[in-house]
Amino acid sequence: MNERPLPPVTQLGMASLALIVAGGIYLSAHLPQHVPLGPALALLAASALLLVGNVIALSRVRDFAWERFFTVGKWSLLAYVVIAGMIEYAFLQDHIRGGTLVVLTLSLVVFAVHVPMLVGFTVARYADSEARVAA
Amino acid sequence: MADTAISVTTVLEPETAAPAPAFERPDFEIVPRAGLVLAAIAAVLLIVAIAANKLWPLMFLHVAGGAGWTIIDLFLGLVLGPIIGRMSIPARVEFTTRLMPKMVVIMPVVVTVTLAAGWQLGIKTGNVFSSSPNHGWVVASYIVVGVMAVLALGLLEPANIAVLIELKKPRPNPAVIERLMKRFIYCAGILGVMQIATLVIMSKLASS
Repeated sequence: MNERPLPPVTQLGMASLALIVAGGIYLSAHLPQHVPLGPALALLAASALLLVGNVIALSRVRDFAWERFFTVGKWSLLAYVVIAGMIEYAFLQDHIRGGTLVVLTLSLVVFAVHVPMLVGFTVARYADSEARVAA
Repeated sequence: MADTAISVTTVLEPETAAPAPAFERPDFEIVPRAGLVLAAIAAVLLIVAIAANKLWPLMFLHVAGGAGWTIIDLFLGLVLGPIIGRMSIPARVEFTTRLMPKMVVIMPVVVTVTLAAGWQLGIKTGNVFSSSPNHGWVVASYIVVGVMAVLALGLLEPANIAVLIELKKPRPNPAVIERLMKRFIYCAGILGVMQIATLVIMSKLASS
């Protein structure tokens, strides 16, 4: 299958999600004791950096199917904002407060943005497959 | 869901030269609207159960959601996956157009309900606290679920949506469908195997 080279958006996205998950496991494994936030913050920062890197790398791709990317991405974003909102609701119900809540909320933001981006990318990279079929 | 069959022409990539025969696929919605109503009902039940914080509703949602999640992953990954892999392309396309739209709605719902209700249940029973004798098993379950989440969110879900959008095109590219379905089936297989670890952990937690 002929494919033009694209940045490793899926691989970076999965690495970013893995860092978020690791941070979440680190925080929840220490409950209800006081948790040093340093490692969780470092994991969150690394994950957010990967997200920014992914956005920059993708924005530099020429002739990408942006319309398809945003059409799919916006509906995925809506779905994942709802899911992230429900997880946030559970955190608030459990009286999680302060720095831990901030780290978990920011982790959910990265999650709710990165997953729709991966869905949009996977769809948009094959948007011109019809044209390739017709060629 | 519409039962109308649509004639689809697939043509192989230029380098493989010979065109594939046309085949029919049923018309379908990428996200079934009726399923969204059921998803909304499940979300409301989950919110009410967490707000009420009673043992039975939380246990019900965690067990029912977890059973659905585990069975679907095991069956899809270890039974249906290999069968789909051996089907002819038209049969695979027809099966995919009927299965995948349902998976788009079912999987996020059962996963969210299972995890959110399970977390709240763990808070209520004390299993998630580091003082619990089961804490090691709970942390092991976090790790298993974490790996599964990264695979499902990063590979499986995007492949699921992309296959459906490819199939919606008047002239789907079979090479694209083949590649994405392969990704989907391998992922489902790995998740199926990991669900066995989940079963071991959860049965240990329930029996202690």
